[in-house]
Amino acid sequence: MKLNINGQTFDYTGDPDMPLLWYLRDEAGFKGVKFGCGIAQCGACTVHLNGRAARSCVLPVSAAEDADITTIEGLANGETLHPVQEAWIEEDVAQCGYCQAGQIMAVAALLEENPNPTDEDIDSGLTNICRCGTYTRMRKAIHRAAALHRGEA
Amino acid sequence: MDGAPITTTRRDLLRYAAAGGALVIAAPLAACSRQAEEASGVRETQASAVGPFIIINSDESIQIAFPNPEMGQGVDTALPMIVAEELGADFDKVSVVQMPLELMRGEDGEITWKYIAQGSGGSYSIVGRWDGLRQAGAVARELLIAAAAQEWGAPSGEITVEKGLLRHAASGRETTFGAVAGIAATLTPAVEAPLKPREEFTLIGTPQKMKNARAIVTGEAIYGIDAEVPGMTHAVMARCPYFDGTALSVDDSAARAVPGVIDIVKVDRPPLGGPYDVQAEGYAVVAENTWAAMKGREALDIEWAHGPFADESTASFKAHCEELLQGEGQVVRNDGDLAGAFANAATTHEAYYWQPYVSHAPLEPQNCVADVRDDEIYIIGPMQFPSSANRMVAAKLDRDRLSIKVDITRLGGGFGRRLTSDYAVEAAVISDAVRRPVKLLWTREDDMRHDFYRPSGMHHLRACFDENGDMTGWAHRLASASKYYRRPNMPETDYWGAELYQDDFPAQLVDNLQMEYFSARSGAPRGSWRAPAHTANAFVVQSFLDEIAHDRGEDPLALRLRILGDSRDLAYENHGGPTFNPGRLAGVLRLAADRGGYGAPMGPGRGRGIAGHFTFGGYVAQVVDVEIGPDGTLRVPRVVAAVDVGTVVNPNGVAAQLESGVNDGLSTALRLAINVEGGRVITGNFDSYQLMRIAEAPPEIETHIIDNGDPPAGMGEMGLPPLAPALANAIFQANGKRIRELPIADQLRI
Repeated sequence: MKLNINGQTFDYTGDPDMPLLWYLRDEAGFKGVKFGCGIAQCGACTVHLNGRAARSCVLPVSAAEDADITTIEGLANGETLHPVQEAWIEEDVAQCGYCQAGQIMAVAALLEENPNPTDEDIDSGLTNICRCGTYTRMRKAIHRAAALHRGEA
Repeated sequence: MDGAPITTTRRDLLRYAAAGGALVIAAPLAACSRQAEEASGVRETQASAVGPFIIINSDESIQIAFPNPEMGQGVDTALPMIVAEELGADFDKVSVVQMPLELMRGEDGEITWKYIAQGSGGSYSIVGRWDGLRQAGAVARELLIAAAAQEWGAPSGEITVEKGLLRHAASGRETTFGAVAGIAATLTPAVEAPLKPREEFTLIGTPQKMKNARAIVTGEAIYGIDAEVPGMTHAVMARCPYFDGTALSVDDSAARAVPGVIDIVKVDRPPLGGPYDVQAEGYAVVAENTWAAMKGREALDIEWAHGPFADESTASFKAHCEELLQGEGQVVRNDGDLAGAFANAATTHEAYYWQPYVSHAPLEPQNCVADVRDDEIYIIGPMQFPSSANRMVAAKLDRDRLSIKVDITRLGGGFGRRLTSDYAVEAAVISDAVRRPVKLLWTREDDMRHDFYRPSGMHHLRACFDENGDMTGWAHRLASASKYYRRPNMPETDYWGAELYQDDFPAQLVDNLQMEYFSARSGAPRGSWRAPAHTANAFVVQSFLDEIAHDRGEDPLALRLRILGDSRDLAYENHGGPTFNPGRLAGVLRLAADRGGYGAPMGPGRGRGIAGHFTFGGYVAQVVDVEIGPDGTLRVPRVVAAVDVGTVVNPNGVAAQLESGVNDGLSTALRLAINVEGGRVITGNFDSYQLMRIAEAPPEIETHIIDNGDPPAGMGEMGLPPLAPALANAIFQANGKRIRELPIADQLRI
């Protein structure tokens, strides 16, 4: 089957049940996508499937056939970071950083649907886990990213 | 460290200089803590050499290597700041890189650090590296000054350094680090260089953002799980789920038939009663990729013997602790005459508290790459003490430690779990068996069911006051399974030392005080969990003080302040000593209370609680606000924290760790418990181990720093212990419910 990842086309002939996460990491080499739980609880493996956030640890490769898959490696436009990435640096969000690629992908998708999220929207829309507890800075960064994304900053 | 000599030689310097046309400086060996020594098996000795530590390039870029593993605590920025301060570098031009693990054999044949101690734990990175890194920076600065002096024919004493520039005011000359780095590399460095007085610091104490932020947000940062070597295979293991159980039989035919599976390898555990290298025995499935290994594991048919703890459950362990507390334990501190104080008391107070096992659950599960060959071994993975991986693998496979190279990656969290390198041993055993490089991955269930848990236990607290209202007696009795797990060389009578810190508050502040320990039996593996016993004891002690204050009709903060008294040094022999200053603890309590609006009237269903604790040399107090809805729903809108960790290197990093401590403390207090049934851990993933998400995190965390120039303490752990008791005390104010068991879970539901 054909897989479109970050604008590149890949041919896959293996087990169609393999979770997309393991294809991305082990075979396609997109290791920014992280393994955290394997049961779609933590969101460290979040990618975009046709622009929407998806947890790749429970998504069979076959379900991603013909879709546009974007990983953290494909979020920036060349050297120009996505507003969420930029805001994450500005607010100095990360600690260990392991969950942050998934958080950023989840937030980027959230902002596409809702360019001006309230705190309540963030609470219901972002369910990824950060074990270091960077949530307070993350919330600030989301508001900053939203403003950047709308072109206000 | 008292100026360990830097015996770098001109020849070595020239070699490095020739290699890159750059000035390369090694750090002198800094003292390492006993804890570090124990974890790593590396003896603390004096040694030094030249190494890739500071590199000043002719294009003015500077690279500073940080020796300790980075797991989110901010050493990748804070440690290079210490070097850059003394060096006089422009920190904006500094890039940072993880220093690889460097060991050597000393003259006496023992393995020692080649340059500097390299482990992360005990909030010790800043404390332990402070002197050595300052010296490294100062020695490099003096070399640059000497080079400029030689160029200009000016006395070196007249040359000043600022932000990467060297100046000679008398002649009006100025040059850059990069321009003289080549000359500096040919000079012989001083044994010891003068350090800047604190008043001249221009970088230390200024907020700096983390240096590696861009790599993280672009997904380029390399964690252990991302490491790769050529020809690498992938493995997962089926481990015996029962505490100290064994495999009775295995049928691996179906597993071997799974496409992509290469081999099945038995991994033995050491005999019971001996120290562990791997925790549980099991079978590793080695495959072409992770998914095939997982499918192969599913196809394994293994019958496990339930082991000597088959009847253990969370409930049975709790009953065991309760029963122990009915008897008499081991008195580990006994000041004055406790019985006499209670006999003459005007009022007495008593309460029991319970805490469950909790898991470290770093978001990156354990993993390790090992490539075992006939004459050398390569290990790369996420380890807090990479030298312990070196030691454990050498012992397991009977190899020379120096034939084992260990590389350090960024860690996806540590929290104490990765002080133990059992997963590196597993990976090495598997690679040794298949004679191919292997990446071993633990799934989340593996990680949660084979952790070294924070000890669970039952606390019994008593206190008494005389007719003047002075506290005259304090007793802390604890029944728990000690963190000292499978230590055959340690008598059980020493187990208390990991669970009751004998100099902790209120020791030395009340005349009659007893600490009593009961070593409980449990098969659950235990280990160091962020701020180890301080999390348990701060919750208990600071909650109990609140109870006492309410019983007495006294303000809880006022009670704390009058027990603490004025600023003075008391002896403190535990980690974080040698002194504890109750006045500094009072200082952070006052500051947090002031900024947090402590004591202001709160509406119905609202509460504001306070707690403070001394952890590993640092003082933290927190004021927690709660709102409890009519249905018992808890919300924490705001936390105000004050910290005194002496001289602060990176205030931004200190604030981040304080915020982390607040969120970790809240997450753990709210819902986290590892449950045991039938001699095995049944909690297995984030559906049953419910870490807090953003919706429940306090939207506002305010941090305040006191820096009176005391020697620096660390910051990785001290932000956590006060949170749970401050939260519990706030809940009591809000609805009158006293939390004596953790997690809070559904105790608030009506």
